[in-house]
Amino acid sequence: MMLLTLSTEPLLWLPLTILFYLAGVWLQRRTRSPLANPTLVGIVLVGIALLLLRVSYAQYFSAVQLLHFLLGPATVALAIPMVQSLEHLRRGLLPTLAALFAGSVTGAVSAYALVRLCGGSRFIALSMLPKSLTTPIAMGVSDTIGGSASLTAVFAILAGILTAIALPMLLKTLRVPHLTATGLAAGTAGSGIAAASVIPLGPVPAAFAGIAIGVNGLMTALLAPVLARIFVHW
Amino acid sequence: MATLRSFLILLAAQLAGEALHRALHLPLPGPVLGMALLAAILLLRKREPDTALVQTSNGLLRWLGLLFIPAGAGVVANLGLLRSAWLPITVALLLSTALTVAATALVMQWLLRRGERVSITVEQR
Repeated sequence: MMLLTLSTEPLLWLPLTILFYLAGVWLQRRTRSPLANPTLVGIVLVGIALLLLRVSYAQYFSAVQLLHFLLGPATVALAIPMVQSLEHLRRGLLPTLAALFAGSVTGAVSAYALVRLCGGSRFIALSMLPKSLTTPIAMGVSDTIGGSASLTAVFAILAGILTAIALPMLLKTLRVPHLTATGLAAGTAGSGIAAASVIPLGPVPAAFAGIAIGVNGLMTALLAPVLARIFVHW
Repeated sequence: MATLRSFLILLAAQLAGEALHRALHLPLPGPVLGMALLAAILLLRKREPDTALVQTSNGLLRWLGLLFIPAGAGVVANLGLLRSAWLPITVALLLSTALTVAATALVMQWLLRRGERVSITVEQR
């Protein structure tokens, strides 16, 4: 019976969460599939454990507060890779900004509109709106505009996985051979997960994916409250 | 000590971002403002960010995937919502992702080609 009290304590859930994440890392190394995303695997395993041990999400969340807190400084830390990749921007600043703006508006507006057109609630549409952004920024934006940060986290991860899977085929169909355009599209539509998938193509697409993650994050974070206000009656 | 100092820099930037967010009611979340502030400072200083800060940041970012799990696991509290709205969610994720890739890549490629054509004409003159 004493053991039962452990089921809501950080001492149980911190190591379990890390273990589940590492299981995802292991699975990804084994399968090399973007579907075996460690975060997604971790979320699913935590979900199963919570259901099995009959622990509520609120109890779990307060037990792993420490990990969640670190998301803040980790988001700030994105400034470093962003500044480092900006070196590559000397040439082509304007095309890059224009392409990022097009991607930012398309991603946010189409996400919201498609959910609404298919009969989804405004709450789900608002949670979908920032799905192309890097997960920490997406969650912050979702909170700000009245969506659900945890739904957005899952949408953002899924968007990243989808982008990583579909990018080569899509760009071939669209006849886009430019490596800079490939990198930008990966970072804009699928942030970190998709960016990881273009790293093998070389340092240029990787750098442009990095720029896209940071700049699209900032652009869409600024744009999202405006869009939420424009769509207030829809 | 250098690691601890770098961690302090990250937290201070986040704190400044959060203070700005609350004081000015800015639409950007505190950590995102903190990221923008730190990026601006690093760019204005015009030299490489110091190694300790780079290492601490990379260390933290290496575990970024783990840090999403506490919030992401919140879907277990939203399973009913996901089940009832699977169609709009699936359609929006698939189509919006494809549209975002297409818009970004096509605009970039079009502008780059235009730029190349312009610079070629300039060179020919």
